[in-house]
Amino acid sequence: MLSQYAFILMLSGIALLIPVAAIFIGHWLGPRRPDLIKNETYESGVETIGDTWVQFRAQYYLIGLIFLIFDVEVIFLYPIAIAYRNLSIFSVLATVTFVVILILGLFLEWRKGALEWE
Amino acid sequence: MNWSDVLIDFQMRLGAPEELRWLVVAITYFIGAFLLVNASLVLALLLIWITRKIVSRIQDRIGPNRQGPFGLFQTVADALKLLSKEDITPANADVIAYALAPILAVFPVLMSLAVITFAPGFVGTDLNVGVLYLVALGSVGIMAALMAGWSSNNKYALLSGFRVVAQLLSYEIPMVLAMLAPVLLVGTMRTQELALAQSLYIGPVNLGLGWFVFILPGAFLIYFISALAEAEQTPFDLLEAESELVAGFHIEYSGMRFAMFFLAQFLNAFFLGAIAVMLFLGSWQGPFADQIPLLGPIYFLAKTFLVYLLIQWVRGTFPRVRIDQMMSFAWKVLVPLVLVLILSQMILMKLPMPVWGGWIPYVLVLLANLGAVAIVLSVLGRFYSRNEITTKRAFDPKSLIGTTVPVSQAGD
Amino acid sequence: MAELFPLPPLPTFAQVVFMGIALLTVVGSLIVVLSRNLFHSALGLIAAFFGAAGVYFIAEAEFVGVSQVLVYVGAISTLIAFAIMLTRGMMFGVTSPRNRQSGTAAIITALTFVVLTALMNATPWPQAGEPITDGEAVIARIGSMFVNEYVVAFILLALLLLVSLAGSIVLARDRK
Repeated sequence: MLSQYAFILMLSGIALLIPVAAIFIGHWLGPRRPDLIKNETYESGVETIGDTWVQFRAQYYLIGLIFLIFDVEVIFLYPIAIAYRNLSIFSVLATVTFVVILILGLFLEWRKGALEWE
Repeated sequence: MNWSDVLIDFQMRLGAPEELRWLVVAITYFIGAFLLVNASLVLALLLIWITRKIVSRIQDRIGPNRQGPFGLFQTVADALKLLSKEDITPANADVIAYALAPILAVFPVLMSLAVITFAPGFVGTDLNVGVLYLVALGSVGIMAALMAGWSSNNKYALLSGFRVVAQLLSYEIPMVLAMLAPVLLVGTMRTQELALAQSLYIGPVNLGLGWFVFILPGAFLIYFISALAEAEQTPFDLLEAESELVAGFHIEYSGMRFAMFFLAQFLNAFFLGAIAVMLFLGSWQGPFADQIPLLGPIYFLAKTFLVYLLIQWVRGTFPRVRIDQMMSFAWKVLVPLVLVLILSQMILMKLPMPVWGGWIPYVLVLLANLGAVAIVLSVLGRFYSRNEITTKRAFDPKSLIGTTVPVSQAGD
Repeated sequence: MAELFPLPPLPTFAQVVFMGIALLTVVGSLIVVLSRNLFHSALGLIAAFFGAAGVYFIAEAEFVGVSQVLVYVGAISTLIAFAIMLTRGMMFGVTSPRNRQSGTAAIITALTFVVLTALMNATPWPQAGEPITDGEAVIARIGSMFVNEYVVAFILLALLLLVSLAGSIVLARDRK
């Protein structure tokens, strides 16, 4: 089994090397004439006003949290799906309960308005 | 037998010493991985050309037609041009994150090559966690977009970075759950096993048409829509909405660094199509693929290119959605639907059946899926037939210049 | 030559890879603690997460490794980056990694390390019957254990996640 991951290791080495090499060659071939105006932040030809890093709404964070919770639940479903054919009725009931609780959670979010994007 | 085992065995029989087996394995893997990655780089050039041709045809233009036959070498010329561009790092940018972001964007896309089944015996390596591996890689790209958006010190880039994350996070859940449906049906995450499970035997002859899309059309449709969003293609290209955000999170990037984001985006669209083919469209299976081995890779590539063409067709014809529409479509339509679909599949597969009725659960699953297809299509149909969409206006304009409304209907 | 200078045995391939991965994890963790820019700390954390996933892969726990990448690199690091960006004062500007408690923190960390290492060495790790060699059977075993032996924990976990969903709404919703 480990030899399978040797291939993944090789591939990850190459997958890192290719973009690094491309960027390096591009950097080396291209001209280098930086000046003040060129390096300025692009904003449709006007000077940027104020800080770039403005504060963002908390809704993005909420979406991230909901995603994390669903992600964890999906992780549990995959190995169960592998074993599903040989599961007893009791286990199937447990799995169904799990998914139903998941759906309940989604409807809770919905009712509380967490999914509304204003 | 996978390709690597065959090659390693061949070299060992040529007389490589047993204690150097690890070296033989390493060299074989290196060559295989190197060829795969470089072939996909060439593929990206082709994909960009295809996209430009299709979109320009849809928009009643000709598209690239000067460099080489049918303008085939246009993208090569573009790549060379990008190679000779100045590499700019904007003032006040966060240099480390700015340099790492394009690399981290390409990395997961190229890594997904490892489990793509090109033909029987030709998959990089048949991981036991194949499908989950693809899912995990998909979530790494999110961070690259966020890094690029944050480090550029540009308001457009940051806005786009946030939008990317909201979009990719929202559509990841329905995509992952739709990918669970075939895994649940077969009970394996190995991509080659999934390909073998999609054969259809009539007597001893493999017709190769037992594709899961015939049992799970609902899961396929939900996967396809989510894949459009994950590939950042037009109905869901809010992150690079040219009219609002100029270019997206890679606005400040130039030269080869920009090319890396471009490469990642097009290859990602293609590989998401390849995943659709592996999970739902029969992988390399097709009529006579068992008898004539050469047909396997041809079938696989043909199907993948067809899915890619479909993605580009959608890209050329559908108007962009708004961010609130995008979010509510993911969370209020796709996620509940796919959850109910998985739940029904779980129950239907375990219903007590008479001995002769082994096929009944599949028919029931198919019916549940058809219901899901009907719901998705009716939601989409109602959305796209609304007045503000068909007249391409979100609000009443002051004048009708630039709209497609005939003069006689114009009110002002 | 060999008799004069007895070399330590050459590390195997897996050991070399492990050293690389361990180095990645340690350097990533050090960046998290020592970086003066919070966003760079988040990037270091991602490197450490990748390193941990690599350790799982080397230990042939592929499912855990993939879950690590999916949940930690994919979801949690994004969430941490969001949290940094939403906290105005932390984003730009430099925060010092040191404060009055850094000495105490270092001592407690060192003690935790010693205790954990001692525990790991002292614990008689149970060997559950025959080791399963087929990787796919391992994953299937994990799956069936969720819904058989550990079914109570499994359902409690679902309820816990439900509660955390409810909690996330209370915490993160814009206050009007």
